[in-house]
Amino acid sequence: MDVEALTAVLTPVLPEGAVITDHQRLRTYECDGLAQYRVVPALVVVPETAEQVAAVVAACAERGIPFVARGSGTGLSGGALPHADGVLIVLSRMRAILEIDRANQRAVVEPGVINLQLSNTTRPDGYYYAPDPSSQQVCSIGGNVAENSGGAHCLKYGFTTGHVTGLELVTPAGELLRIGGKAPDAPGYDLLGAVVGSEGTLGIATSVTVRLTRTPESVETLLAAFPDTDTAGQAVSSIIGAGVIPAAIEMMDALAIEAAEAAVHCGYPAGAGAVLIVELDGAAAEVRHQFDQISEYCTAAGAFEIRIAQDDAERALFWKGRKSAFAAVGRISPDYIVQDGVIPRTALPEALRRITALSVERGVRVANVFHAGDGNLHPLVLFDDAVPGEAERAEEVSGAIIDLCIELGGSITGEHGVGSDKAKYMPRMFTADDLDTMQLVRCAFDPSGIANPGKIFPTPRMCGEVPGRHQGAHPLVEAGLAEQF
Amino acid sequence: MSTPTATDLLPRLSDAAAGAVREGGDGDAVDGMPCRWVVSPADTAGVSAVLRVAHDEGLAVVVRGAGTKLGWGSPPERLDVILDTTRLDGLVDHAAGDLIAVVGAGRRLDDLQADLGAASQWFAVDPARRGTLGGLVATADGGPSRLLYGPVRDLVIGATMVRADGVVAKSGGKVVKNVAGYDLGKLLTGSLGTLGVITEVAVRLHPVAPVHRYVTVPVVSTRHAHALVQGVVHSHLVATACELDQPADGAATLAIRLDGIRPGVEARTAGALELLGAGAEASDDPPAWWGTEPGAPGDVRLKLTHEIASVTALLDIVAEASDRASVPVDVRGSVAVGTVTAALRAAHHQRDRAAVADLVDHLRAACSRSVGASGAGGTGGSVVVRDADPETKARLDVWGPVPALDLMRRVKHQLDPTRVLAPGRFVGGI
Repeated sequence: MDVEALTAVLTPVLPEGAVITDHQRLRTYECDGLAQYRVVPALVVVPETAEQVAAVVAACAERGIPFVARGSGTGLSGGALPHADGVLIVLSRMRAILEIDRANQRAVVEPGVINLQLSNTTRPDGYYYAPDPSSQQVCSIGGNVAENSGGAHCLKYGFTTGHVTGLELVTPAGELLRIGGKAPDAPGYDLLGAVVGSEGTLGIATSVTVRLTRTPESVETLLAAFPDTDTAGQAVSSIIGAGVIPAAIEMMDALAIEAAEAAVHCGYPAGAGAVLIVELDGAAAEVRHQFDQISEYCTAAGAFEIRIAQDDAERALFWKGRKSAFAAVGRISPDYIVQDGVIPRTALPEALRRITALSVERGVRVANVFHAGDGNLHPLVLFDDAVPGEAERAEEVSGAIIDLCIELGGSITGEHGVGSDKAKYMPRMFTADDLDTMQLVRCAFDPSGIANPGKIFPTPRMCGEVPGRHQGAHPLVEAGLAEQF
Repeated sequence: MSTPTATDLLPRLSDAAAGAVREGGDGDAVDGMPCRWVVSPADTAGVSAVLRVAHDEGLAVVVRGAGTKLGWGSPPERLDVILDTTRLDGLVDHAAGDLIAVVGAGRRLDDLQADLGAASQWFAVDPARRGTLGGLVATADGGPSRLLYGPVRDLVIGATMVRADGVVAKSGGKVVKNVAGYDLGKLLTGSLGTLGVITEVAVRLHPVAPVHRYVTVPVVSTRHAHALVQGVVHSHLVATACELDQPADGAATLAIRLDGIRPGVEARTAGALELLGAGAEASDDPPAWWGTEPGAPGDVRLKLTHEIASVTALLDIVAEASDRASVPVDVRGSVAVGTVTAALRAAHHQRDRAAVADLVDHLRAACSRSVGASGAGGTGGSVVVRDADPETKARLDVWGPVPALDLMRRVKHQLDPTRVLAPGRFVGGI
């Protein structure tokens, strides 16, 4: 791409300093939260309004230049990995909470608004934004929309897609559209359902209307220590089997606990082979009764210690160990892969046994942290890149865990997204026809294939004739990403 | 593409559907348009084979489950084949421990609920909902419990569809938490069979609560209705549903449903009686109108959406439009979600058709005014015509203004470029 020409076009429509061409500064954007993939973008822009985003995208569309949107850059699948010949559109300056509409239980925010900031703003009024990815202190709502982010509490409250009722969207053609709003069920196709979770391949959200959730009357949290993951898994089965849907059920195994202790001194019970964090919320009378039930199930399954959070500070301490677990693993291993796979919850004991067997067989340590209530595993595969062959072995184990998830009827990703990292696994979960059909939808939004190319789909699909663009080769062909037949 | 004749195509459709084909009768018409054949394939492969024939021959296909909502949408432009899904009625998998089920699109909802009830689980759309699972997904019409459990699209975790060209594609999966690939199930939900034929659906389930209670209260004014709804949504009652019934010629009632374990439901019922105030009563049984459509068969029915804080504006607009057109209107629905149904009691003669068309236009104009804090503004929502006799429908704009219509056309064009599936039935003549 002709960087100078594009810079000349974009500079007048963007605020001063919003077009970044200096190589050293471009390098600071070379990766997102998955640092093993690095690509320096040709150009970075930092727009401040929807119109500016639309102008940038329109300029890209006119020239067939790929673009990638980036929020806070915390994604763990390389979804915001830049394109070497493309523009990285950074939305971090669009950070205004535009409206809090308590009567309608809605908020309207710009895409760069930080997830937790929204909840902190609305909590005094008795409301919060329910999807709570572990990175919620730094991740952006726009990024959450792209990834359909979940979190520990999505067991009860669902993912981002259930909490977004409207979007202002810049399509890959540069059109600025409004879909949905504060009212439900706009007539026509559920475009919101298609866009949320499309990992930046169907456009860029420039404003997001979200549902606010009433803060529960009562929240109770317990931490139960078990001798091993089998007994902890048994407790999870008993809880769900009894018809109780807690707000969250999280599990950590011994290695993950060891790491968390080293990093944040969370003070989990000594000698635990597994801990469960179970949180119940809702109406006080219900929570009290069900909480007692859950304690009994934990004891019956073999818990040797149960702690009940006496206040918010203690609850925060329980969660601190869990939410810091990924980073904490850095304390016990120089390098690690964070895996994200899903299995049917009832397959949990089998999955854990087989992960242990893999770990022993290949000589690779695996720490397990997961959302046990919905079968979302986050095995942390530990290795030392300085030791020849270890990284490759870790990568193999990580891949084998994904195969295991597919074999057990689950998914290759529960919340981190496909991005750059897992596009190669998509054909293991979906047929060529499945992927082709998904890409037909992409063609409707992005016939030139310029919105975050190379993500999700291992093989880009040509969209047939693109109206109004006949000059030169298709950008995907030029970029060597596709062949035209 | 030549115009095929019946003698050419009947054997081919018969082969595709393993003999399950017959000629269409009077009862198979869609919005007054007769169909030539009714095919009833037994599995996804059969649906694929039928669609390949239709695609090759330029036939127009309308998908039908139990046929309870076949009149929704605009009348199809063309109609050759009714693709009847009722043989795709298997309960493929009910993984009770995982709270999911995989179900053939043609399975009736009451059968499905009976299957699940044995494990004290349910598919969280209202028991009053009739028809098939596929029909429910295609129409996205979940009912009162949506307030707590979310819309139909949130309960669909995976879908197998057959494209207009016969290609079989699936998306999602059998686990609730899953972000691999596009969520085509959401795009199919509410698409009235215009993007693909849904043959199998994976859904998430919920445990059946041991205790249900209903609390009803008479509503004295449209402002009172608003105050009650605001009271419920901002409370800690965690209502499963909150429904308003406003008959054209009678007093309005608001009712909420509370589900849970006994001590919790008892405490919340006491809270609800206090919150809802004068005249509030608790009962184990729902009001007779609960979960049913307002009006009588033959009425023109509209779906009105609104912002939940615009209940007063919604009811005032409907009353004013009703008076103006001299057409009695019954309103019922999920005012805490923002969707209600209005039934226009109109006999089917020429004067009434003009009045109905005028009323719909007036409603749209009033609802689309900017939303005002005074309650005199619009509702922030839309007005869509659902049921109407074909002659009335012909005079109406069924969908009204549709934002992002061009993008929707592009989606349709990619998935069904030759317009095999229900041509003309959806927004903008899609």
